[in-house]
Amino acid sequence: MKKQFSIGLAVLVSAVLFLTLPRSLRAQADCLSCHGTPGMADSSGNSISVDADKFHASIHGSLKCADCHTNVKGYPHPANAAVVDCSTCHADEASGLAGSVHAKASEHPCLSCHGDPHQIVPKTDPQSRVYPLNIPKTCGACHANAALAKQHGLANVYGLYMDSIHGFAVSKEGLLVAANCTSCHGSHGILSHTNPKSPTYRTNIPGTCGKCHVGINEQYQAGIHGKAVAAGNPNAPVCTDCHTAHAILEPASSEFRMQSTPVCGSCHKDKLSTYRDTFHSQLGLLGGYVQTARCWDCHEAHDIMPASDPSSPINKANLVKTCGQCHAGANASFVQYQPHANARNRRLNPALYYIRLFMNLLLASVLTFFLIHTILWLIRSHLARTKDGAANGGNHV
Amino acid sequence: MSDATEAVQAPEQGEAASVAAPVPARPERWFLRFTLAQRYLHAVLFTTFLVLAATGLMLRFSGSAWAIRTAALLGGFGAILFFHKFCALLLTLAFLIHVRDIAARGLFKREKGIFWGPTSMVANWKDAKDLFHHFRWFLGLGPKPKFERYAYWEKFDYWAVFWGMVVIGFSGYAMWFAPFFARFMPGWALNAVLIIHSEEGLLAILFIFAIHFVNTHLRPDSFPMDMVIFTGRESEEEFKNRRPREYERMMAEGRSATRITDAPPKWLINFSRVVGFTAILIGLTLLVLALSAYFVG
Repeated sequence: MKKQFSIGLAVLVSAVLFLTLPRSLRAQADCLSCHGTPGMADSSGNSISVDADKFHASIHGSLKCADCHTNVKGYPHPANAAVVDCSTCHADEASGLAGSVHAKASEHPCLSCHGDPHQIVPKTDPQSRVYPLNIPKTCGACHANAALAKQHGLANVYGLYMDSIHGFAVSKEGLLVAANCTSCHGSHGILSHTNPKSPTYRTNIPGTCGKCHVGINEQYQAGIHGKAVAAGNPNAPVCTDCHTAHAILEPASSEFRMQSTPVCGSCHKDKLSTYRDTFHSQLGLLGGYVQTARCWDCHEAHDIMPASDPSSPINKANLVKTCGQCHAGANASFVQYQPHANARNRRLNPALYYIRLFMNLLLASVLTFFLIHTILWLIRSHLARTKDGAANGGNHV
Repeated sequence: MSDATEAVQAPEQGEAASVAAPVPARPERWFLRFTLAQRYLHAVLFTTFLVLAATGLMLRFSGSAWAIRTAALLGGFGAILFFHKFCALLLTLAFLIHVRDIAARGLFKREKGIFWGPTSMVANWKDAKDLFHHFRWFLGLGPKPKFERYAYWEKFDYWAVFWGMVVIGFSGYAMWFAPFFARFMPGWALNAVLIIHSEEGLLAILFIFAIHFVNTHLRPDSFPMDMVIFTGRESEEEFKNRRPREYERMMAEGRSATRITDAPPKWLINFSRVVGFTAILIGLTLLVLALSAYFVG
């Protein structure tokens, strides 16, 4: 009787426990009784050990092992567990991945970025490998590898990004809203920049950058370049043409100011050449005076308008104000200065053309005359000293 | 090597400290050619000119690698412009002092020979003849002309610098104070002044470093340097041979006593050599850089 009661109590306790504990934990507990052993490895030496605490803390901690390891039905189980198919649950991500540049990646496509499958935490968790501040490092695991980049014909951009204004914002300032890799490229469905659907496809770039830089994008779209892109001109510049894609500098920085006039000049060749003739350029090239006028200081950077537009800073009506930004006291006469004058062009700038011609003729004639004079003098002096022996004062200096 | 240079070198070679000792047979007489004020003027002129030339060339050829590297070394454009403007002010001051001096001597003290005559800097008919005769001598077709106090190429040097300072100075200040000058100059003139400043500056640089250096210092009769602008003195032999007409006139007028002076002290000769050779070396370096930037790019 007593023994029967004891057995009955045990069964009851077991039943209560059995019913109150979550099913998954029971299943995990079964698996973890073996796989919870630290350092457990299969015959090939691969770790088949699971850290129970970390797994329970992970986003998948409430699942049973068999939910993912679908060919494990009981014990003993098959020697080789099937490759886990994440798409069973994550169908959208999987379909994006399947159409992406990573579709053929040899590594497990999910784990390369998300890490240890038993320790995956939500992307809002700073521990997550896809937490915004951790993404550059996660992508960099492959994309900072020069050999890999070369093998796949990719630019090795990780270093450029890390030194950029976005990279600094992420790595140094921990700014969550700063652009990381996925902000521009997307995450699962990353497409090549040659694919018209890609956010990094040339004509999509203003929209991509404009997700964050809304105000600048509005100015750009209103400007002559934005309109040209919208009208289908593939040569009109988009954000990355001036700012680059990865090595983006702070636009007010000396470095950016020093290197960016040739960028405008790569299309506006004649304007760069005439700019080079001016004091603005001479000052700029020698450094130190980074604040001297660069293209965008007069023309604006994003809402560039033709001079004929009344809102353009280089419209005649606005010149005093525009030049006056640097030249205090600029007046109507002062702004007749031509920042792109071409003294080599008689038709456009006749006065300057003839002044330059006169100066060049003066220079050439004076130098030619005296060069002949000096050379003859040298020859004669030499002869006088060698032949005539100190005649004509040769011996007296 | 000349008599004069030998004479001043002699004390260095000899044991004795006495200057007159080595050539007792013919005691050397020395004549003053340039006053201390004139020598100072030339010193200010060439030191500021070297700095203006160096900094100006960096601007003119701001695209060339040497200009960018040197400018960076000196502290970028800010430093370049500071040195350029600083020396421009000094040179302007020297120029104004000179003009004031000439005006005072010529107009108020009524000193003879400032604006006309054999000792004037103003060109005359003899200069035209000297130029012609000099060319004739170059070709071996006649005797060497007898030069006066200032030979025609020296007058050209003087007026080239005079004109250059007016033109380069005005165009420089027009750029420096552009908004002010724009009050009474049309806007396109601001474009013109850069061209004028740049071309006239290049002409000055090429002329001084290629022509003046050779004519005055590096030609065989002066090589390696004519020290008179530093010491102010020249020996009688030198005087007689270089400017025979002036020497004859001085002797005929019996004024030689007023011009006789002591031999240049050894320290002054050594100091002048160091300064002079440094200036010539810097000038020739700038000449090479300017020409290479002009023709090579």
